[in-house]
Amino acid sequence: MSEHIVSRKIYFVVFGALMVGTVLTVAAAQFDFKQFNTLIAMTIAVTKALLVILFFMHVRYGSKLVMLVVAAGFFWLAIMLVLTLSDYRTREWLGRVSPTPHARTATSGATKRPASESTTGH
Amino acid sequence: MAQSHTIAAEHGGQHPAAHEALAHHFDNLEQQREAGNLGMWVFLIQEVMFFGGLFLVYVIYRSAYPEAFAAASNHLDWRLGGFNTVVLICSSLTMALAVWATQVGKSRGTQLLFMTLTMILGMVFLGVKAVEYYDKYVHHLIPLNWASYSFNWEQSLAPGVTEQNIQMFYWIYFAMTGLHALHMIIGIGILLPIMYQAWRGAYSPEYHAPVEIFGLYWHFVDIVWIFLFPLLYLLGAHYGGGAH
Repeated sequence: MSEHIVSRKIYFVVFGALMVGTVLTVAAAQFDFKQFNTLIAMTIAVTKALLVILFFMHVRYGSKLVMLVVAAGFFWLAIMLVLTLSDYRTREWLGRVSPTPHARTATSGATKRPASESTTGH
Repeated sequence: MAQSHTIAAEHGGQHPAAHEALAHHFDNLEQQREAGNLGMWVFLIQEVMFFGGLFLVYVIYRSAYPEAFAAASNHLDWRLGGFNTVVLICSSLTMALAVWATQVGKSRGTQLLFMTLTMILGMVFLGVKAVEYYDKYVHHLIPLNWASYSFNWEQSLAPGVTEQNIQMFYWIYFAMTGLHALHMIIGIGILLPIMYQAWRGAYSPEYHAPVEIFGLYWHFVDIVWIFLFPLLYLLGAHYGGGAH
């Protein structure tokens, strides 16, 4: 058998790293880093996901073909995210259309319903 | 030699060295294992695209209504979400150890122990999720409008934030965590027959592909939650005067 068996030691080290990452995510969210909060949280999440994929899911020891399929899959995901967001983020540049599904400042028709109406129904 | 092996396999798989789990269209168990592994990865990439679309919806609506998302996220209990994150990471470890136990030929008892732990942790996750969903139901945060039940944000709204914006967060919350929970339920359903086979002693260092392939699925579901936890639960932690 050419199958690579990952040692238990590596599993426990990766497990420890995932736990540390979880604690770091929660700790970082308690502080206001302005726009960097999301960046920090996503950096930790991507690192954790990579650890799971490479070690728990054995891609680190897998065939070239599996590595290629995994990398291609996430590349396709990146295409979806980047191209869609490059559309949404540049709509304002034209100065004519709303950058969001609904106008950012729209408040008309969006007033809070009275509690009595929502509880009694119709 | 390889040719005669193939011919023997084609005529009913009566090759003396053939394992009973070897399908006749594969040369050997190693080839079968790698093919199954690759097939599972292709399926998981489809899952990545499937959940990816939901993450994209999240990103677009959150960038449109950042204040509403922070306020809505603040109502979720990050302690329950964090606890569930720990539970899922533990279940990933026990699943990895279950695969390891079959790879090195540990006893049926050891294999079943790790599989049972994985299943119990999965059920703990779903139990906590049910508690959270019930809390959302009680507080009228399920985005439904029935005759007897409708979405209602009890707290005051910051300027520029509408109840519809808050409701959008909860649509996304229930769509993403609901589909994730469905994957967990399906996972537990698949684990049961694998445990039955392990109890029968079907898995050995030569043949354990079902355990390994199920492990890939289980770890994938864990990865989805690794992203859902900070994106849904931790937005509001520093909102409105620090953590609660």
